[in-house]
Amino acid sequence: MPELDFILAGVGGQGIILAGDVLAEVGLRTGHDVKKSEVHGMAQRGGVVTSHVRWGKIVRSPLIEPGTAHFVLGFEALEAARAAHYLGDGGVAVVNRYRLPPPSVTAGQAAYPGDDEVEALITGRGATVAWVEAKTRASALGHPALAGVYLLGYLSATPVLAGSVPRDVWLAALERLVPETHRELNRRAFVEGRENAAG
Amino acid sequence: MSERDTVLLSGNEAVALGAYEAGVKVAAAYPGTPSTEILENLASYPGVYCEWSSNEKVALDGAIGAAYAGRRALAAMKHVGLNVAADSLFYAVYTGLGGGGLVVAVADDPGMHSSQNEQDSRQYARFARVPMLEPSDSAEARQYVKVAFELSERFDTPVLLRLTTRTSHSRSPVAVASAPAGVAGRGRPAVADPLPVPDPHARSAAAALAELAADPGKYVMVPGNARLRHPIVEERMAAVADWAETSGLCRTEPGDLKVGVVTAGVAYHYAREILPSASFLKLGMVWPLPRRAIADFASRVARVLVVEELDPFLEEALRLMGIEVEGKRYFPLVGELDPAAVRRGMAAAGLVAPAPSPCPPPTLPARPPVLCPGCGHRPIFYALRRLGTVVFGDIGCYTLGALPPLAALHTCGCMGGGLGNLQGALKALEFDASDVQAEDGTFRGRPVAVLGDSTFFHAGLPALANLAYNQGGGLVVILDNHTTAMTGHQDHPGTGRTLMAKTAPALDPEAIARALGVEQVATVDAYDLDAFLRTAREFLASRRPAVIVARRPCALKTRRRQRAPLVVAEACNGCGICLRLGCPPLLRDGEKVRVDPDLCTGCGVCVAVCPRRALTTEGGEG
Ligand SMILES: Cc1ncc(C[n+]2csc(CCOP(=O)(O)OP(=O)(O)O)c2C)c(N)n1
Repeated sequence: MPELDFILAGVGGQGIILAGDVLAEVGLRTGHDVKKSEVHGMAQRGGVVTSHVRWGKIVRSPLIEPGTAHFVLGFEALEAARAAHYLGDGGVAVVNRYRLPPPSVTAGQAAYPGDDEVEALITGRGATVAWVEAKTRASALGHPALAGVYLLGYLSATPVLAGSVPRDVWLAALERLVPETHRELNRRAFVEGRENAAG
Repeated sequence: MSERDTVLLSGNEAVALGAYEAGVKVAAAYPGTPSTEILENLASYPGVYCEWSSNEKVALDGAIGAAYAGRRALAAMKHVGLNVAADSLFYAVYTGLGGGGLVVAVADDPGMHSSQNEQDSRQYARFARVPMLEPSDSAEARQYVKVAFELSERFDTPVLLRLTTRTSHSRSPVAVASAPAGVAGRGRPAVADPLPVPDPHARSAAAALAELAADPGKYVMVPGNARLRHPIVEERMAAVADWAETSGLCRTEPGDLKVGVVTAGVAYHYAREILPSASFLKLGMVWPLPRRAIADFASRVARVLVVEELDPFLEEALRLMGIEVEGKRYFPLVGELDPAAVRRGMAAAGLVAPAPSPCPPPTLPARPPVLCPGCGHRPIFYALRRLGTVVFGDIGCYTLGALPPLAALHTCGCMGGGLGNLQGALKALEFDASDVQAEDGTFRGRPVAVLGDSTFFHAGLPALANLAYNQGGGLVVILDNHTTAMTGHQDHPGTGRTLMAKTAPALDPEAIARALGVEQVATVDAYDLDAFLRTAREFLASRRPAVIVARRPCALKTRRRQRAPLVVAEACNGCGICLRLGCPPLLRDGEKVRVDPDLCTGCGVCVAVCPRRALTTEGGEG
């Protein structure tokens, strides 16, 4: 089983904590030592949320060292850019094609980075980027908050993970962590994301 | 009991599990990030009484009382909460508990993710003479709570359990007999079908209290008695230090003898990751220190490095022991440690290569937290800005009223601080040669104070009594959203509900203000800008003590949209006055203003500020 470090980055209310919990649970179920840590001071008030998830034989630090992460799961484009410096050479950023301008941008005091700038920050780290229409697909499924699980589905089908973690492990972790009433929708979002990546 | 399953628990959930397994009977806390989930989670176990106390001092006094009554008791708080509770900690050290164990969990916040300052609570251990344990991950957090209770009872002392944001909020594996079917943690037990755990003490609480009543020399801290207790405290700490040598809480991990790292808490993991080859002395007990074990370790390595977060606490202690150590010379004194900071320090010490390519975070537009759409705090700050008052603030969601464009909160120091500030400032103003406001007829520059409802019950009452008693003549605005919103919606004495989900009398801030001697007390709907302004002007003009309770349930808690989102009519000329509310759904759109219907709660506050009445609730009640 590969030792992998994931950064999940986005804005409060986007379901980052849940996605991180699922990722951590999958790590545990595939025989890893796991640590997960997040920064969510005033997340519910629209601030930044970053979650670190680490799978390893023995995981020491709950935080990932910048320049070493294998994956960045970007729930929002600006936040993906902000987390890009965590990526290591050969890393992969899976980014929701979704922009949520912060107040300084809506007030016209700052500019939201263009897709090319976001990409440059990622590729500058020697990593690759995959834009995913997670927000759009999630809204079509009935709720924008499903975007996180959709992204997880996409992530699960990227080369390293597709070859090492069976689909059923993901679905079982999802089942454990999602309340019954939302289970079916989350499962659909995950499967759609996964098929999107594969196809 | 065999432990076959593994669950991922946060440090706080692990503390709750450990406390439950230790047979804790009474637990009390006031919420505060990053400690809040300890009690939230502990309340999900059977056979434990848990409460949100009105503040940390009250919580600690309560836990001490339960321990006096012979039961295992826990108090939990964030680092600044221990400042509030410090007086109580100090007496409990003198009296001891008489058999009931007392553990005080205190969570520091290096990096100030959600705090007004950085404090190293280890200083309290030394200051108050209290043993302190510090876990480095969730499994240790659970284990150390149990050790802490044994230690507390064995030595008749409170024991501090130090956590940090990182240990409290990181999840790591914990072995349990059987994992619950649903999600572990998050306000749910970490084990399947938990049964009440009996308190390990055979003695009844009544018997314990009878023993206490028969021993005034130990529990009545008048000078004559306290003088006799102080030497006992010092002897006790020496005995605990002896115990620490063989407690198993201090672990040597042999490695390269060129460098020995002395460390504790999460810093241990950073250091082990960055310098895996070194020898390690990992301290589970950070006060008092196992001096012989430390001296022995230091004597066997060529160089001693201390890696610790915040103060040079261990470093200075080792230096006082005559050990040559390096620490804060390489590792920052300020802020949270992380692998990058530890690598930089190790590189500066010549022990590892620097990071191959430095990875500074890119400069991008910041995303500060903002008051939520529909938040009842917003109109009040908008109104205060219009009045031009100087606002002594406090801590809570409403502190966000300090951010532009509202920028109408001018101080934030500690809970309850603003009311006292108001009194002093008003008295100082009386020495000015001329009264500017009396001359220009406005309230520009006049000081007022605002505080939230939970803050009011926490530290506002004595300060309000002072204002009424000393006739400060100030206006106090209580922003009553019926919850402790900032820390994630905990109940408090005004909500009518307890931590254990029982109904309770909902204390009434207006009645309390009157009872404290404030004669001018009014209630307004926080959305009703005009009513607030009218009342505030009237009260400010009176120059007598006054309280306005501005009431609206927290928009995040009610969640569901109150009304249909607003729409912008043709009349909008793009003047941008509504944008001064700083409400997220209100966006500039070319020459006009646009409302993001996904974010708008339809609160209608902007309707009242628009001079052209261009914002309408055309959609009607939704
Ligand atoms: C002594 C102390 N205890 C706890 C905290 C954490 N804390 C900050 S604000 C706050 C309460 C806020 O509640 P309220 O006054 O009702 O304001 P709201 O957030 O609901 O607007 C708490 C518990 C603190 N900063 N200091």
